[in-house]
Amino acid sequence: MSSSVIAVDALTKRYAARTGTVSALEEISFSVGEGEFVAVVGPSGCGKSTLLKILAGILPASAGEARLRGTAIAGPRKDIGVVFQAPVLFPWRSVLDNVLLPIDVQGLGRDGHRQDAMDLLNLVGLQGFEGRYPWELSGGMQQRVAITRALVHDPALLLMDEPFGALDAMTRELMNVELQRIWMEKKKTVLFITHSIPEAVFLADRVLVMTPRPGKILEDVRVQSARPRSLDIMNTPEFGDHVRRIRVHFNVKGGIDA
Amino acid sequence: MSRARNVALSVVLFIALMSVWEAGVRMFQVPQFILPAPSKVAEALWRGLASGIYVENLYYTLVSTVLGFLLGSALGFGLGTGVAMSRRFEFFLYPYIVMFQSLPKIALAPLIVIWFGLGLSSKIVNAALVAFFPLLVNTIVGLKSADEDRVSLMRSLAASEKQIFWMLRLPNALPFVMAGLDVAMIFALIGAIVGEFVGAKHGLGMLIQSMNFTMDVSGQFSVLLILSVVGLILNRCISFIRKRVLFWDPSEKEKVEA
Repeated sequence: MSSSVIAVDALTKRYAARTGTVSALEEISFSVGEGEFVAVVGPSGCGKSTLLKILAGILPASAGEARLRGTAIAGPRKDIGVVFQAPVLFPWRSVLDNVLLPIDVQGLGRDGHRQDAMDLLNLVGLQGFEGRYPWELSGGMQQRVAITRALVHDPALLLMDEPFGALDAMTRELMNVELQRIWMEKKKTVLFITHSIPEAVFLADRVLVMTPRPGKILEDVRVQSARPRSLDIMNTPEFGDHVRRIRVHFNVKGGIDA
Repeated sequence: MSRARNVALSVVLFIALMSVWEAGVRMFQVPQFILPAPSKVAEALWRGLASGIYVENLYYTLVSTVLGFLLGSALGFGLGTGVAMSRRFEFFLYPYIVMFQSLPKIALAPLIVIWFGLGLSSKIVNAALVAFFPLLVNTIVGLKSADEDRVSLMRSLAASEKQIFWMLRLPNALPFVMAGLDVAMIFALIGAIVGEFVGAKHGLGMLIQSMNFTMDVSGQFSVLLILSVVGLILNRCISFIRKRVLFWDPSEKEKVEA
């Protein structure tokens, strides 16, 4: 498939452990199309974070391969933006300087990107905060900074590893709506990892359902609700059907927190 | 309680303390070579300052303290960086460092006077030697304490090891380094004074030593007073720098607010 941004083919990751080898990912294959929002949902330990680390190029795969826009991911790349569960901001940098970190690291030149950074801060609703420091912001605002930072170098792919997992429930819902708005505006390809089924169904075009030991993709659920979706769709029967269908996989295998 | 009232109260307390001391010494006729009255100490202080002897010797002590501090902390920082960043460096050097660290450095002062003579250089070396370890240890700990998530973030941006050092590890180590400088400053003063005790032509330590021979206890008290003021001022200088450099450090902010 030439139109796919990510193509994962028989990707496998095994760790050596005391009890022998543990298979974190077992021959996983999927692809993500241009501009698509794909969520990966699964319980803790199902290998979804391992998958993200391999795609981010900070962890080598044991077998198989992952391609980004046609080239194999063999190490860290400059065309990927990552948002972690924690905002991971540098306290000695102001908001704007934090956002410009990828520009500094990749030597892209601050002058050409300062305006982009300011526009992005506007987009995520942080206008006027560029000179503040991370400790002056709430958790939700810090995560907005992290999202801005992941977008500033205009990456081909946005990887998000449970980005709202550390936020309270109210802020989390708000951030879901905000992320959808940002995504519709920027038309980025997103791979979004979460252990919340409703969050995955609300945000994604497709939900990949993963189970642990060995980490495998059980189902690829297509969510076709129109966008922009409001939080109200969570009360529709269609939404409930999707959630139930995904949850069945975990209830059989034993529990997920959602 | 208001600030003005606190200041007034502490002044009253100080005067009361001095009066009790003065009255006690007079009433019980304590010999001057055991415990001089505050008035005698003040007299000795005035005499020493007016004759220029204190100022001249203070100059020598201050020069050896500050130069020893700079030399020792620069070496400690440099070597600490080497140990923290290079496994080979650590493997070969660390045993010696640990061994040397458990040695009371002050015990080397007589040797250092033999090697470097009675002049300034032996005092500088002595001060540098004791100032070295706080910096070494804190630099190692600081550089190694960089948050794993932040390192992952830098790697995901395709940062080089050099960039990770300059943009993450070094600023992250600064609170530790500044704490090391705090200790090193006072240690350097101790080192310089001990060096002057052992053998010197100038310096406040030498002055204390010679006053001891002539049983000039009130003179010694007055020099001790100067030394404690010097220690306080040097400490304040470091605090001043620390507050500027570590404006972003949460522990620093607590101190400011308190």
